[in-house]
Amino acid sequence: MVAAPADIPHIALIDGNNFYVSCERVFNPYLRERPVVVLSNNDGCAVARSNEVKALGVKMGEPWFRLRTLAQQHGIIALSSNYGLYGDMSQRMMALLHQFTPHQEIYSIDECFLDLGPGCPNATALGHAIQSRIARSVGLPVGVGIAATKTLAKLANHVAKKHPAYAGVCNFNALDQMELNTLLASIDVGTVWGVGTRSANRLRALNIATARDLQQSNGPFLRKHFSIVMERIVLELNGHPCLAIEEVTPPRQRIQAARSFGAPVHTQEGLEAAILTFVRLASGRLRQQGSRAGALHLFLRTNRFREQDPQYAAGVTLPLPDLTDDELLLARAAMRGLTALYRPGYAYHKAGVILLALEENHQGCGDLFADPVVKRRSAALMTTLDTLRHRFGPKAIRLAGEEQATDWQGRSGNRSPRYTTHWDELPVARA
Amino acid sequence: MMLIQTPVGAGFPSPARDERGVALNLEQLLIEHQEATFFWRVEGHSMTGMGIHHGDILVVDRALEPVSGHVVVAVVDGGFVVKQLIRRTNRLILRSAHPDYPEIMIDPEQELTIWGVVRWSLHRLTYRTSP
Ligand SMILES: [Mg+2]
Repeated sequence: MVAAPADIPHIALIDGNNFYVSCERVFNPYLRERPVVVLSNNDGCAVARSNEVKALGVKMGEPWFRLRTLAQQHGIIALSSNYGLYGDMSQRMMALLHQFTPHQEIYSIDECFLDLGPGCPNATALGHAIQSRIARSVGLPVGVGIAATKTLAKLANHVAKKHPAYAGVCNFNALDQMELNTLLASIDVGTVWGVGTRSANRLRALNIATARDLQQSNGPFLRKHFSIVMERIVLELNGHPCLAIEEVTPPRQRIQAARSFGAPVHTQEGLEAAILTFVRLASGRLRQQGSRAGALHLFLRTNRFREQDPQYAAGVTLPLPDLTDDELLLARAAMRGLTALYRPGYAYHKAGVILLALEENHQGCGDLFADPVVKRRSAALMTTLDTLRHRFGPKAIRLAGEEQATDWQGRSGNRSPRYTTHWDELPVARA
Repeated sequence: MMLIQTPVGAGFPSPARDERGVALNLEQLLIEHQEATFFWRVEGHSMTGMGIHHGDILVVDRALEPVSGHVVVAVVDGGFVVKQLIRRTNRLILRSAHPDYPEIMIDPEQELTIWGVVRWSLHRLTYRTSP
C-alpha cells in the first residue's frame, strides 16, 4: 500500500548517546575523548560505555572485576553511577523535547518518542534542530530516528548512530525504497525492538536473519509460531502503526505509577498517602517483571488548566543506595523526595512515582559487596507481601509511615559531584 | 467558587491563594531558560573588578549566544575558567577583571569551547542562621 506523503506519520525516537558518560563529560572536559565507563550502583558492572570503550570490545553489563586488567592497559576511567546528575539532565532533556511537541512519550531515562504529526514536511531538518537544541542547552549528544512507526523509528535511530554519514539524524520516510531495504537488510533481526534473544535465535533458524527478512515475513504464520506481538512487529516494520508501547514485551525500562487526583490535595499527609500507593503499585510491578531499580523519580504538579490558581510543578530523581525492589526502601526514598518538593499553599492535581535505571534480577549487578543476609531478608519479606496481597487484595498490607529499615550504605567509590542537585557540589570555574 | 477549592475543615481562605497578587519569585528574575541554566561556584580573585568574587554562585545560561563583552564559562587547558569574552580584530581574548591577571589570548587556529554565558553572580553577605 502506498500512502500519500501527506498521510505518513512521523514518529521520532530521540536517544541520548552513551547517556551517563555524556552527562559526566558535560562537567568534566578531562573525560572527553578518553575511554570512560560508568558502573552500576555499588560499582558492580558497566552500565554505560563511551565509544572508545565500546571499541575495546567491552560489553554492556560486564562486571567490573573482569575489566580491571583491560582498564589498566588502556587507561579506562571508571566512574560510579551518579543518578542524581543523570536524572536531572534527563529531566532537562525531556523538557526541551517537549517544547517541540506535547505529543511526547518518555520511554526511558534517555529515550523518548515524539509524534511530529502526519506529513511533517521538513522532518529531517527538524531532527537536526532537535539535536542542536539539546547539544546547546544541556551539552548532550543525541541520535534522532524518524519513521512511520515506533518500531521503524527505533531502527532509524540505530542507523543514525551507527552510520556517520547520517550525522545523527536518520529519517526513513525520506529515503528511497532501495536505500531503506539495503539498510534493513544490514540490521540483525535481534536488534529489532521487541525481539528478544530467544525469539531472535528461533527466527534465525527459520532463515529470518535481518530486519528486512522479518519485514517480508508472513505475519499470521509468525503469530502462530511466536505470538501476536511478533505479528504486530511485522506490521510495524511495514509502516502500519499498531504497537502501543505497553504491548512491547521486553522488561520495561521504567515503571510509572501516577494519576490525577479526583479532588485537589493540599496537605503533605494527603500526598504521602497517594505516593505510598504509587510506590506499592510500581514496586509490585517491578518485582513481577523480575527487575530492580537504581533510582526513583517523584513528581507533583498543580492543575495547569486552572490558570487562576497559583501553579507549581516539580520533580526530583533520587538515586537508591543499591539496586532494589524493596518497597520499604523505595517508600523511604519517595518520602524524602516529597519532603524536598512539597510546598504548602498549592492545590495539587497530579503526582507520580517512576522507577528508573532498571536492571534484571538475575544479572547480579551491583550486589557484589552488598550484605547477603539483609538482601535475603528483604527478598523474603517482599515475597510474603506479594503473596498476602495476592490472596487478600492489593490493599491488605500497607506501609505504616516511615520504617526504620536497615541502614544500607551505598558504596560508590568514584562518584562525580552531584553538580546540579547539591549546592555544595556545584561545578567550579576558576577566576 | 473559592470555597470549593478550600480543603475540608479549613476555616478561612489562605492568603497564598489570593488571586490578586502572586509573590515575587527569584527564579523568575534569575532564570530565562530553565532547562539550559546551571549554577557554578567561583574560585579565585581574577574577576573582582566585575563583581565576581571567590565563593560566589554564578547563574550560567547555555542557551544564550555568546558575544563579545559577555562574561562566560570557558574551557582552557582542560579546566573551566570564568572570564570576559572579547573579540579583538580576528582574535578571541579571555579577559580578567583584576590588574594582577593577564589576558588569555586564543590562537586563531585554536578552538575555544564556551560552556555558557554568565547571567548573574550571587554574592553572599550574611550566612544563614538555621540549617
Ligand atoms: Mg541511549
